[in-house]
Amino acid sequence: MSVIEIKNLYKIYDGSEVEVRAVNGINLNIEEGEFTAIVGPSGSGKTTFLNLVGGLDKPTDGKVFVDGIDVWSLKSRKLIDFRLHNIGFVFQSYNLIPVLTAKENVEFIMQLQGWSRKDRIKRTGDLLKAVGLADRMDSRPAKLSGGQQQRVAVARALASKPKFVLADEPTANLDSKSTENLLDIMEKLNQEEKITFIFSTHDARVIKKARRVITIEDGRILKDETK
Amino acid sequence: MLFSISWRNVWRNKLRSAVIIIAIALGICAGVFSSAFYKGMADQRIDKAIKTEISHIQVHRPKFRQANDISQFIPEADELAARIGEIPEVSGVSSRIIIFSMASSAETASGVKISGVMPGEESKVTNLHTKLIEGNYFEEERRNPIIVGWKLAEKLNVKMGSKIVLTLQDIDNNIVAGAFRIIGIFNTANGIYDESNVFVKHEDLRRLMELPDHSAHELAILVEDNELIRETQEKIQTLTGNLEVLSWTELSPEMNYLNEAMDLFMYIFIIIILFALLFGIINTMLMVVLERIKEIGMLMAIGMNRLRVFMMIVLESIFLSLTGGVIGVLMGGGISIYFETNRIDLSMWGEVYQDLGYDPYVYTSLEFSLLVNVTILVIITGIIASLYPAYKALKNDPADALRIE
Ligand SMILES: Nc1ncnc2c1ncn2[C@@H]1O[C@H](COP(=O)(O)OP(=O)(O)OP(=O)(O)O)[C@@H](O)[C@H]1O
Ligand SMILES: [Mg+2]
Repeated sequence: MSVIEIKNLYKIYDGSEVEVRAVNGINLNIEEGEFTAIVGPSGSGKTTFLNLVGGLDKPTDGKVFVDGIDVWSLKSRKLIDFRLHNIGFVFQSYNLIPVLTAKENVEFIMQLQGWSRKDRIKRTGDLLKAVGLADRMDSRPAKLSGGQQQRVAVARALASKPKFVLADEPTANLDSKSTENLLDIMEKLNQEEKITFIFSTHDARVIKKARRVITIEDGRILKDETK
Repeated sequence: MLFSISWRNVWRNKLRSAVIIIAIALGICAGVFSSAFYKGMADQRIDKAIKTEISHIQVHRPKFRQANDISQFIPEADELAARIGEIPEVSGVSSRIIIFSMASSAETASGVKISGVMPGEESKVTNLHTKLIEGNYFEEERRNPIIVGWKLAEKLNVKMGSKIVLTLQDIDNNIVAGAFRIIGIFNTANGIYDESNVFVKHEDLRRLMELPDHSAHELAILVEDNELIRETQEKIQTLTGNLEVLSWTELSPEMNYLNEAMDLFMYIFIIIILFALLFGIINTMLMVVLERIKEIGMLMAIGMNRLRVFMMIVLESIFLSLTGGVIGVLMGGGISIYFETNRIDLSMWGEVYQDLGYDPYVYTSLEFSLLVNVTILVIITGIIASLYPAYKALKNDPADALRIE
């Protein structure tokens, strides 16, 4: 069974003048362990698509199954818990709680899940080491570079042991060196820990790293290539 | 971690938080101090009434108080007083003969309350003997000595050594008169009292009124401790049978009312202050929610549920309010404690207050329970102030919030 099954997905915004078909009939399966890029020009519907898959935005039509569960059949309270336990999120910016240190940001999500303190501390240390920030654990986000912040966000996304990680343009605000660094870390986690990553981008260097590249335009899949 | 997030969030915008915290602190400080001030004033007023006049407990024949009917005397008052005096909690018993009548000088006359007292016993119960500004408290063995208030002396135009005539009814309804010589003048700082009270010796008044030996109209009793009044009252009641035994709250309900009204007034005052502050806190919290829309959206997206988001905002509002509240309580409490032993001089406005029986100097009276209750009220204010902003935060749609640039 695929981790994610997407069936006939639509998102139509009823604007005052024109309706916008941001996602216009997508069918797609994502398997465990994939390292997949969603690419396409600005306004093609990448963010909308990821929001529908991540349980953040309600589709106009169609279904999203995660491990066989129909995500959009869940009541809104259940849906928040579903996101907490099943999906890791990395956004373009504003990923972290500014008043918490790197360590606390990672720990926070495990606390929401009800982990014991001991387990939290251990996993936090492991994850921040894995993203190369063992020495910046006690820094607040404002004291970290953009790339470092995104790495903390990746560690935070993984902390909850999600079924997959959704990353909407995680490198959009990063310079090329930080971009490469972040992608290397994600790739390593994917290969060594079998973490499933789905990320959107329009950065050619990022696309190069992906093993599967899904190109969308005007809310439809244009190409779906696996290397 | 929710607690530490909310607490640290308070200090994200230091200037804005500081402004509202200072406003709360000043409001609470003013509220606490005013409460302690008025409470002190009321306490002093009550204390004075008890100490100079009412005492803690009084015993009468049941019908005496209705019309001050002089025929309603307690026949064996001396013996009863002695037995009440044996109750351990009782620190003094004074038997009094009381009649409302006329005091006249060569020039004019004035209605007065004449109290016949036994000086030794009376001074264990009331402190009038300490309020003399001239003369002494029945120390000389003279015939018919009398002690009057300074205001009456002024009105009758008499001074130390002057003679005044008391005209009154005896027990057989005959009009009798007695000449008394002023041996002392008192000032209790209660103008009305000082104009309408005179004191003579118990036996002089009894003889004039032809009351039987050992009789009295009133037994005034002082108890060692305020807290013991009720139980002592019950003990006295068992000794006195069908006589009326009343505590000061029953004898002078207006004093008791003053006490309770002051408490109520204090809280109304503080609630008004908090109500005004409420809008400042709401405003601050709304700004907080508005500028953190993206952050709150992110938190909801990654799985922070509504209850936790709600709690995060409510806690921040509580911490903000409580910081101001605690500073205010400490400041107000500190100032109030200082003025518990250092008097506040109101003598510039003293005349009016004194006629009403208030001291020209006020010592504050701070109750610890006030500080606790004010702190609780501040917390409640913080919670109320956060409700609308927290509701706003929850109405946030994470997908929309995250799209905001
Ligand atoms: N809330 C909304 N209301 C109306 N139209 C919307 C809304 N959100 C997105 N759209 C429209 O849907 C389309 C897809 O937008 P989306 O943000 O998904 O594109 P994208 O591929 O992520 O673009 P970018 O690369 O710029 O991030 C766009 O035409 C956009 O204007
Ligand atoms: Mg986008």
